[in-house]
Amino acid sequence: MLRDENILLIGEEIGVFEGSYKITTGLLDEFGPRRVRDTPICEEGFVGAAVGAAMLGLRPVVEIMTINFSLLAIDQIVNHAAKMHAMFGGQVSVPMVIRTPGGGGQQLAATHSQNLEVFYAHVPGLKVVAPASPADAKGLLTAAIRDDDPVLVLENLALYNTKGEVPDGEHTVPIGTAQITKPGRDLTVVAYSRAAAIALDVAHRLETEGISVEVVDLRSLRPLDRQTVCISVRKTTRAVILEDDWLSYGIGAEIAATIAEGAFDRLDAPVRRVAAAEVPLPYAKQLETAALPDAAALTRVIHETLDATGFTAHPTTPAGG
Amino acid sequence: MDPTQDRTDPHPQAPPASEDPAALRGYYRQMALIRRFELRAAEMYTRAKIGGYCHLNLGEEATVVGLMAALRPTDYLFTTYRDHGYALARGADPGRVMAELFGRSTGLSGGRGGSMHLFDAGLRLLGGYGIVGGQMPPATGAALAIAHRGEPGPNSEAVMCLLGDGTTNIGAFHESLNLAAVWHLPIVYVIVNNHLGMGTPVEAASGEPALYRRGCAYRIPGARVDGNDVIAVRDAAQTALEQARTEHRPRLLEAVSHRLRGHSVVDSARYRSAQEAERLREQDPLPAFRARLIEDRILVKRRRTASTRNASRRSPPPSTSPTPARPRTSPPCSTTSTPPRSPTPTSACPETARPVPGSSPTAPGRSSRGRCHLPPGAARHTPGGDAAGREHPADR
Repeated sequence: MLRDENILLIGEEIGVFEGSYKITTGLLDEFGPRRVRDTPICEEGFVGAAVGAAMLGLRPVVEIMTINFSLLAIDQIVNHAAKMHAMFGGQVSVPMVIRTPGGGGQQLAATHSQNLEVFYAHVPGLKVVAPASPADAKGLLTAAIRDDDPVLVLENLALYNTKGEVPDGEHTVPIGTAQITKPGRDLTVVAYSRAAAIALDVAHRLETEGISVEVVDLRSLRPLDRQTVCISVRKTTRAVILEDDWLSYGIGAEIAATIAEGAFDRLDAPVRRVAAAEVPLPYAKQLETAALPDAAALTRVIHETLDATGFTAHPTTPAGG
Repeated sequence: MDPTQDRTDPHPQAPPASEDPAALRGYYRQMALIRRFELRAAEMYTRAKIGGYCHLNLGEEATVVGLMAALRPTDYLFTTYRDHGYALARGADPGRVMAELFGRSTGLSGGRGGSMHLFDAGLRLLGGYGIVGGQMPPATGAALAIAHRGEPGPNSEAVMCLLGDGTTNIGAFHESLNLAAVWHLPIVYVIVNNHLGMGTPVEAASGEPALYRRGCAYRIPGARVDGNDVIAVRDAAQTALEQARTEHRPRLLEAVSHRLRGHSVVDSARYRSAQEAERLREQDPLPAFRARLIEDRILVKRRRTASTRNASRRSPPPSTSPTPARPRTSPPCSTTSTPPRSPTPTSACPETARPVPGSSPTAPGRSSRGRCHLPPGAARHTPGGDAAGREHPADR
């Protein structure tokens, strides 16, 4: 915002209230109400207003309180922001960012706990990024703001308290690039957002058991870095996908298809998916926990995949692969 | 203005004597151009040269031309999908509008948008919009950008956002009006009330059928004007725009108009009685305006000249234009796939507009003229025409 005066923030309770999750703390004091603009409760209205402001060259960063409420604005996101550049013959761009947190695990029940990113990742004309670490959050948000297309930055309620190193000064992560957050030899886990953090923990734990797991953090859901996924799976010959969204028609289905198209001839085992149970997420803690994918489920499916191919662990192997 | 005091203009029928005759002739030419263009579009649609949906401005010419006459070149325009006439009256080349309907790369939107999605950044025509109400939040956001950058005053830019009578019932209408009211935005929302949302009468669709009053809940002053009177429409729109400029506050204007045919070309309008259809023909604004101008000796009957015959041939026929090039697609895993983009996307805003070469892969036939400073009217030319769109001997 210091660098570019065209950037303004729009959202519900982002000013005086400092954000429902306090993401915009202090920004109203620093930049004033003209650039940190509280809005009435009207997702379609204010997301669409950001579309129009972006058409005239501003770079609005919109906060939708949670991704569940983005459905109230989906006409403006899918039918308008995503279409304008192509549909109007390249005469206009829509350089806007939508920041919004998704995810369950907070006992917010069915309407407030969804992972709807696949709705948006399905749509040409949108870009969707999903950082899992503080450094990527900075790098991807910066890249999103500077991008000339509408970008949805998926945050995750369970990751808001994550601590980690963040590079000082300029730091951008190119949109559309996955990252291998842990190299490995025996099996690839593909994940994004909260699931990428879980996958990394599981991979480090399995290393001590002599299982070398490579973790691919997708970071971008559209455009999707299919090349990094396929190169990894061609090397390890086994793949498991961990995703917070529902199994059917989810991000994992797209990854599995990508692997089938780009690495089928090197696969030693069927590609497996670990995803959320296909129910509206319940409120009760035990039921909610049972419905969400977790480290135990991922670990079990990794073992099943390795066992199916007669894999033998080598506990003495140095970490890293 | 006291927002509780709504204003309904009577049919003013201002004496054309107080008007510049050249301007009046210009309005008539534009109305006749729209009539001829729309009849030709209907013909081309039935001959399958035009695909998709095709909504015509037939019967709404006075509203269209009056509204466009009130806009400054620096103002921004958002329209509905019934947008051909607005593009023509804003100054778009008729050949390029028809080329868009034909799906040609020389079309206004490069053949990517079609009838419902006409766009011309240079004319600040920021889109026809196919989704009912979809244009309203972006138009409101364009007004936000104006307010963000500048102060109210007579030189402020403003936004005109068109909508139909049916749109006043959708959420985007109410969210947009409310935002414009609380954010103090320079925008005029114009309801073109042709009495029918497809086939549903206003009275069956709206709890408050006096649509200009629907801004009351947001303290937005409203006015109603006879959409068959081009001068009255122009004056009402100018008043609303000046208020929006100088105060940075929204205004609502309702133009009571009529469409002579069905909702789109394929709609035979069987929900209308024969008497109603006859009444509409009697109210047709084009022959009425022409008769008025002849009576006041502003138009004089004259033989058809070579220039009027040639006017319709200035643009090459769209059927000779190329179709858009197909973008290359990347196979999975070969590269990081990114949606195809024009190499030089531009903002519609002059402050940030990037230079645009005369041609680009997505728009090989685009004109190289300046994008944002072409005054509307530069391409205004048309022969006269009668109510049926045929050329007639009355010209000047």
